[in-house]
Amino acid sequence: MKKMPEIMLFFLAKIKKLILHLRKKKRMKDIMMVYYMEAKSARISRRKVAWITSGGPVEPLIAMDVIPVYPENHGAMIGASKMGTDLCEKAESMGYSSDLCSYACSDIACATVNGGPIGGLPRPDMLICCNNICGTVLKWYEIQARYFNVPLFIFDTPFCHMGYTQEARKYVRRQLDEYVIFLEEACGRKMDQDRLKVVGKLSVEGQRLWQAVLDTAANRPAPMTAFDAFYHLALIVTLRGTPLVIDYYTQLLEKMKDRVARGIGAIPNERYRLLWDNIPIWPRTRWLSEKLASHDACLVADTYTSAWCGTLKYIDENNFFESMAEAYTRIYLNIGIDEMARIVLALVDKYKVDGLLMHSNRSCKPYSLGQYDIRKIVEKERGIPCMIIEADMLDERSFSESQVSTRIDAFMEIIKERKGG
Amino acid sequence: MITAGIDVGSITAKAAVLADGKILGTRIIFTGYNSEAAGGKVYEELLEELGLERSAVSRVISTGYGRRSVKFVDKSMTEIICHGTGAHYLNPRIRSVIDIGGQDSKVIVLDDKGKVKNFAMNDKCAAGTGRFLEVMARALEVDLDGFGALSLKAGNPSGISSLCTVFAESEVISLISRGERRENIIAGIHESIAARIAAMANRVGIIPPVVMTGGVAKNIGVVAALQKKLEMTVEVSEYAQVNGAIGGAVLAVGLK
Repeated sequence: MKKMPEIMLFFLAKIKKLILHLRKKKRMKDIMMVYYMEAKSARISRRKVAWITSGGPVEPLIAMDVIPVYPENHGAMIGASKMGTDLCEKAESMGYSSDLCSYACSDIACATVNGGPIGGLPRPDMLICCNNICGTVLKWYEIQARYFNVPLFIFDTPFCHMGYTQEARKYVRRQLDEYVIFLEEACGRKMDQDRLKVVGKLSVEGQRLWQAVLDTAANRPAPMTAFDAFYHLALIVTLRGTPLVIDYYTQLLEKMKDRVARGIGAIPNERYRLLWDNIPIWPRTRWLSEKLASHDACLVADTYTSAWCGTLKYIDENNFFESMAEAYTRIYLNIGIDEMARIVLALVDKYKVDGLLMHSNRSCKPYSLGQYDIRKIVEKERGIPCMIIEADMLDERSFSESQVSTRIDAFMEIIKERKGG
Repeated sequence: MITAGIDVGSITAKAAVLADGKILGTRIIFTGYNSEAAGGKVYEELLEELGLERSAVSRVISTGYGRRSVKFVDKSMTEIICHGTGAHYLNPRIRSVIDIGGQDSKVIVLDDKGKVKNFAMNDKCAAGTGRFLEVMARALEVDLDGFGALSLKAGNPSGISSLCTVFAESEVISLISRGERRENIIAGIHESIAARIAAMANRVGIIPPVVMTGGVAKNIGVVAALQKKLEMTVEVSEYAQVNGAIGGAVLAVGLK
């Protein structure tokens, strides 16, 4: 027992050395490795870990030096490494329905076996659940709060069918104060308001840079595809509010601008431009990108990655704390279908796309509900072909390659015919 | 110019040969387990029947689920564009095509020039397809060819509610054991298929005149149930089952 602190100090020194080494590198893989190593060694470095939903207000956590961990980002990693189906089956054997969200199922299962590509997420000290993305997260986080026996903070954002009412404004704003009190209690110290302001500014800057990166795909040929955006997205989701994000996206933006200047496209021969809707089919992103590239089709934009900079218009960077309530409430998944359709139409125009490819995601009801209406609106307003494919973001059992393949081939035949190709 | 279309479906493989815009001949065989061989075989047999050498055919297009397994063709195209083109070729007035094949069903809406405007296909599962009917015919111990005529004699079609082929089969089995008349059960099966197709047709915005293609079009009971559900006349051509192959041969004429 006496030797424990020494061993811990030894490991801490080792981890710190490795982290310092990796920090000098600027690749996404290294940045994410450092991030997860820091989170996994949080206990020895006496830092707190909070699990938070993907659309949750993370800036107060960063300001309190709490490490935010995202089960949904982890879900994407599980999906991309094709480990989702096994974990979903594990959740089903635990008694969860196969109709539930595959992110929720894989996370719940993963916590009990420390499975997945990184051997499970670090144990949380608290959970932050914001229901601006869906209702499933409430039950999901309650389950995890019971499992880990840690406090749970629920940040309730009312659905904005049209606009943002005064009642909603007051209701959400007040919860921010409660959120800060919750964090102060969990961490045992006061929130540093000046630090929060700095974090807020960094968050806004990061979102602006991310928007600028995505904007480069409006060029023809597009220097990056939405598949690239799915990859580079990890930082704006997980480390929003830190200088790391600024550095990374500044460099990425430079790289993309350089490609634009030199006329380098993301796919060899871009002839058709498509817009994507919904979360990627993670286990099949490579297959899909090759499939589309074989048709000379470039996925130039999507409603998913643009959601992490979609509410900049509501944020006042000089008054971040006050304005973040509205920004977090009015995100893409928490607004009425008419407003969603307006956003999709704006993307169609901005990126000059020839077609809209929608993923009806078995797992994600809030994202998939309304797609048939949005499709109708886009077909009527812009006259471009739209197609819906049925799949799941993580669970390969909901994917039929030959069916999806035929649909995409037929969709591309229609687009080629319309464009006279 | 002589062109050909080969449609390799999940149950049957079809071929059609066109000469200067006229149908020279068509052929249908069972696909079996080797779709590549089936595509070649149906084509060879048809050429032999017509007394043609391979070299006489300028261009060949393959379609259907096994389209990519037919290696000797000039191009592969999807069933959607081939069925649309085939239907327009056989009757230029046609604006919508309902195609029910072995493992999928689709509704294709055409513009007045025969170009595909929009389409919808069955979701992940194969309920309401040719395979679904085969399973039901086996459960009822009725020859599939007799299905259509029998169902027209039904007085009171049974309700088949399950969308899943396996569950629907057990519904059928329990109806049999309750002593329900075969005609009524078969008519119920046809109505359940028609309901599924009609929902898809309305979603995609079906426009008359409508033609039905694919092997299931031979089933007069399904056609009747569809007409009732859609409240529209559904035409069936004598070439319904080879419509996709004909469309392929027509498209092959315009290949660059």
